[in-house]
Amino acid sequence: MLAIVDYKAGNLTSVRNAFAALGVEAVVTRDPEVIRAADRIVFPGVGAAKSAMENLRELGLEAAVREAAASGKPFLGICLGMQILFAHTEEDGGVDTLGILPGQVRLFPDVPGFKVPEIGWNQVRIKDGGAKDGLEYYFVHSYYAEVVPETVGFTEYAGVTFTAMVKKGNLWACQFHPEKSGRVGLELLKEWLAC
Amino acid sequence: MLTKRVIPCLDVRNGRVTKGVKFKNNVDLGDPVEMAVAYSDGGADELVFYDITASAERRPIDIGMVEAVAKAVRIPFAVGGGISCLADMERVILAGAEKISVNSLAVRNPQIISEGAVAFGRQCVVLGMDPVRSAKCPSGYEITTRGFREFTGIDAVEWAKRAADLGAGEIVVNSVDADGTRDGFELEITRLIAEAVNVPVVASGGAGKPEHLVTVFEQAKADAAIVAGMIHFGDYTIGQIKDVMHAAGVPTRMSY
Repeated sequence: MLAIVDYKAGNLTSVRNAFAALGVEAVVTRDPEVIRAADRIVFPGVGAAKSAMENLRELGLEAAVREAAASGKPFLGICLGMQILFAHTEEDGGVDTLGILPGQVRLFPDVPGFKVPEIGWNQVRIKDGGAKDGLEYYFVHSYYAEVVPETVGFTEYAGVTFTAMVKKGNLWACQFHPEKSGRVGLELLKEWLAC
Repeated sequence: MLTKRVIPCLDVRNGRVTKGVKFKNNVDLGDPVEMAVAYSDGGADELVFYDITASAERRPIDIGMVEAVAKAVRIPFAVGGGISCLADMERVILAGAEKISVNSLAVRNPQIISEGAVAFGRQCVVLGMDPVRSAKCPSGYEITTRGFREFTGIDAVEWAKRAADLGAGEIVVNSVDADGTRDGFELEITRLIAEAVNVPVVASGGAGKPEHLVTVFEQAKADAAIVAGMIHFGDYTIGQIKDVMHAAGVPTRMSY
């Protein structure tokens, strides 16, 4: 069973629709036991880091999400769901986040010609090259995660090279929205479903 | 590099996509879901739907259509028309749209922009505006509402700045003068607004050939451009538009 963690961090319709398009009926859940029982966990998220962390705690989901991320089961963080896997974010005056990945999340610098949030399709360079190197995915974000040893996909914006995608065993996470990235996004989800 | 977006606009009337010039002479073009899939497969970076009769008929937007589009395509899309309150916005977002576009409603009630931005995030709230050339306003452009029918006396550039301050995540500048002409985008008002706000600006109205998009990206600093008649009537495909953009050196998403 594939569980999509619902912690009041944005609308999950698109994520569910994308998996449905691949023939996988996902369960959207706020129940820690359903997350523990799942074979695969998707951890999405849109919105602000502070309220996301508060919601995780208030809904009693933080422990289940930590366990899932450490379990070796396939786990996929998306957008804010990737950022809060890191240790700390500058957002909302500074928030300690889950710390499953080392490193910081920072606000894009104010650079003329670069609007914040970054909205749109940007290129992802892949560490090991290959056929997926340089494809575009759909991004919507004001904060970025710095490059860490687990970074496998890199993107540039406002003079910064940031983490577009990380992999740590079966834990994958991406800053962009694979569920909204057309054919190339679906291919990435398919690849994750096979891991 | 962040690419410049090409966004087909689909005007929906009674469940069918139609196209008219200045809200007149509407021609039936097809089924919204089938067209959304075709454009998405053809390289559209995003889609926008306007339920053009919802407001006039004082009925809510067609949520069934929004749900059907969300199931069928994997690219972002915005929906406008027939939005009258925060609850309408929420229904559209929950149905699977990425963005809600407000236009006349925001002129009547600017707070709807901040309410939407707080509730869903500013990236979900798009301000659509219909400026027309007018000597009455300092920038030379005045905001019209209700499908160009009413003049408001509001300066277009001032309104764009205010909307961005209130929390609009993106601004669609639909030139009344250029709309439907296919003679090219109105570069001046697009550039004035792109330089005045720090949110993405979408140029709209007047696209007739691929070179018009190159010009609006290079000369008016637009982040995205809306196309309608030039693709709906088969004059060009999105692929042809993107090939011209790419060849001209405009950052373009080519992996679709």
